Amino acid sequence: MAVMNMVQALNLALREEMRRDDRIVVIGEDVGRLGGVFRVTEGLQQEYGEERVVDTPLNEIGIVGAAIGMAMTGTRPCVEIQFADFIYPAFDQIVNELAKIRYRSGGQFSAPCVIRTPYGGGVRGGHYHSQSPEAYFVHTAGLKVVVPSTPADAKGLLKAAIRQDDPVIFLEPKRLYRSAKDEVPEDPEFVVPLEVARMAREGSDVTVLAYGAMVPLCLEAAKVVAQGGTELEVIDIRTLWPLDIDAVLGSVKKTGRVVIVHEAPRACGYGAELAAQIAERAIDSLQAPIVRVTGPDTPFPYALEPQYLPDVDKIVRGVERVLKY
Amino acid sequence: MVESEVMVQAAGLAQSPFRLIHTPLSANGASRMVRVLDEEGVEVAPPPDLGDEDLISLYEWMVRLRVFDTRMLSLQRQGRLGFFVPSSGEEAAQIGTAYALRPEDWVFPAYREQGVALHRGFPLEGILCQLLGNSHDYMKGRQMPDHFGSPKYRFAVASSPVGTQIPHAVGAAWSARLRREASVATVYFGDGATSTGDFHAGMNFAAVQQLPVVFYCKNNGWAISLPCAKQYRCESLADRAIGYGMPGVRVDGNDVLAVYSAAQEALEWARSGSGPVFVEMVTQRMGPHSTADDPTRYRAAELLEPWKKKDPITRFRRYLESMGIWSAAEEERAHAEMDARITEALEWAEQLPPPDTSSMFEDVYAEVPWHLDEQRRELQGGE
Repeated sequence: MAVMNMVQALNLALREEMRRDDRIVVIGEDVGRLGGVFRVTEGLQQEYGEERVVDTPLNEIGIVGAAIGMAMTGTRPCVEIQFADFIYPAFDQIVNELAKIRYRSGGQFSAPCVIRTPYGGGVRGGHYHSQSPEAYFVHTAGLKVVVPSTPADAKGLLKAAIRQDDPVIFLEPKRLYRSAKDEVPEDPEFVVPLEVARMAREGSDVTVLAYGAMVPLCLEAAKVVAQGGTELEVIDIRTLWPLDIDAVLGSVKKTGRVVIVHEAPRACGYGAELAAQIAERAIDSLQAPIVRVTGPDTPFPYALEPQYLPDVDKIVRGVERVLKY
Repeated sequence: MVESEVMVQAAGLAQSPFRLIHTPLSANGASRMVRVLDEEGVEVAPPPDLGDEDLISLYEWMVRLRVFDTRMLSLQRQGRLGFFVPSSGEEAAQIGTAYALRPEDWVFPAYREQGVALHRGFPLEGILCQLLGNSHDYMKGRQMPDHFGSPKYRFAVASSPVGTQIPHAVGAAWSARLRREASVATVYFGDGATSTGDFHAGMNFAAVQQLPVVFYCKNNGWAISLPCAKQYRCESLADRAIGYGMPGVRVDGNDVLAVYSAAQEALEWARSGSGPVFVEMVTQRMGPHSTADDPTRYRAAELLEPWKKKDPITRFRRYLESMGIWSAAEEERAHAEMDARITEALEWAEQLPPPDTSSMFEDVYAEVPWHLDEQRRELQGGE
């Protein structure tokens, strides 16, 4: 074990996986010589060469499109899209091609490809450096969507994503890149399985469902409400899709009260799917309507970012609402 | 008059206010069309080094494609196929390029490459089952007709969105280079695709990385209803190659020997590590864009008249006949053989049932996740 931040943990994951499997290549903008704008790929080009760590021209269609062709023919690309806000030019390639090649070829082709991309607010990045686009990808059949919230999970989940055979959108909470520090196993065989949620905090009164940068805020909120005697159970979803439904329902049936927290806008956000799943499967267990604490349905504002984002106070108020019902 | 002005005028841009305008390739003669046979099938340039057997084989493949095309179109008109994308007129472009491929090369097709697929070894039965969307379709009935492929023949699965396959070919070439394989990734698309961002991305990535990709642009004059004049302003699409820093060549796409020569050279160039090549094949889509299209709404019938005289099959037949290696009897046999093969394969394929309902939920992921398993049971009336 060593104490690392999330950037270091992700870097270690890539370094170890590239050593383990020489089919793995890293491609993206500024990932080589610079080591990525957030330095997640730092040192990889020095270690593995320009053929396996490639600085590409600035074109997301080209990056994802080429990665698909690589993945279809035996290479295992790990793509970096510099910011999740810049992923949209590649939307067609991701939704129609990457996610569908296995299906539309009748299982003859597959595209094992991980697309890493920093997402979310909290870094004063404004509209183009703060968005949380996870719902688009959860809605897309054929993709897995993964969001770590701790350095250890970042390492273990990224390795698991690289080792399996389906395309993965791996969303990295950029505000936690350097602020989250944690013990991270240095064992190269340490992986965290996909599709398994993490019990971040056990509690009996309210289930809080969160992922990414919202998880530490929910844990803070848990400390606040614990002073008043309320025990939150915080579930870190980790793999948004396919969802670990058992972990969600198990907790909901125990507490009967649910608060869902995410940064993305509310309408058709990931929380809407969680709420629907719970309503369909455990409505009898609910003692209060589900509350969603999310970004509002506005574009991401620059100057009013603190007001836009969920914070400890908003989460506490959400908890109070489900308790007071 | 300074040199740049001469070039501007040569490109028909006399009104241009620019003095230092980039030299259009056409002024350098690069837009000259490569041609081996004229419209009468008479040699106008040295032919590629092919023996009689190869020449006959090239011809027979074009005939097979034409017969296939005619049969499928008529099946669709009879209501036995839901949809079809005909490729009549493009036989030389498909067969000439396919003939130059090696088994280790990759093909990233558009949806109008049935001839390339057949030549690649894709079984006729496999194509028919895909067109019918039945239980023997490798694609498991998941895609519209003409969207087929298989890694077995290094023939990727065509998409409907135009041009998306272009960066995929670049990625396949990248894989080949990483593994030190001497294979070339070829990608087929039409003039319409050259307006897409995917085209630009693919051309630029391949050039920057000097990857072994051959870009085959079948310029058939139309992007559904949009003529070339409304798609681009350069004189020739091959001119675009220079902007990406790769060689571009323009060939008569209805001259199978010219197409084969260009393909052969392009593949050698790419295989030798010299980087990508762009090949524009000038042809004409003689039929509709698809069976859902009505070209009489946008294309005057007279426009096709000169192209009928350039028919790739007639033209090459005249050449073979002039060499005394092809006869009317052989012509009849070639047609009848393919016709019979299709009839036999169809009899089998049309009896096959549709795919099993539960197959809808397979291949979304490597393994069926719980939510899809649940939805499968729900659809089948279970819990």
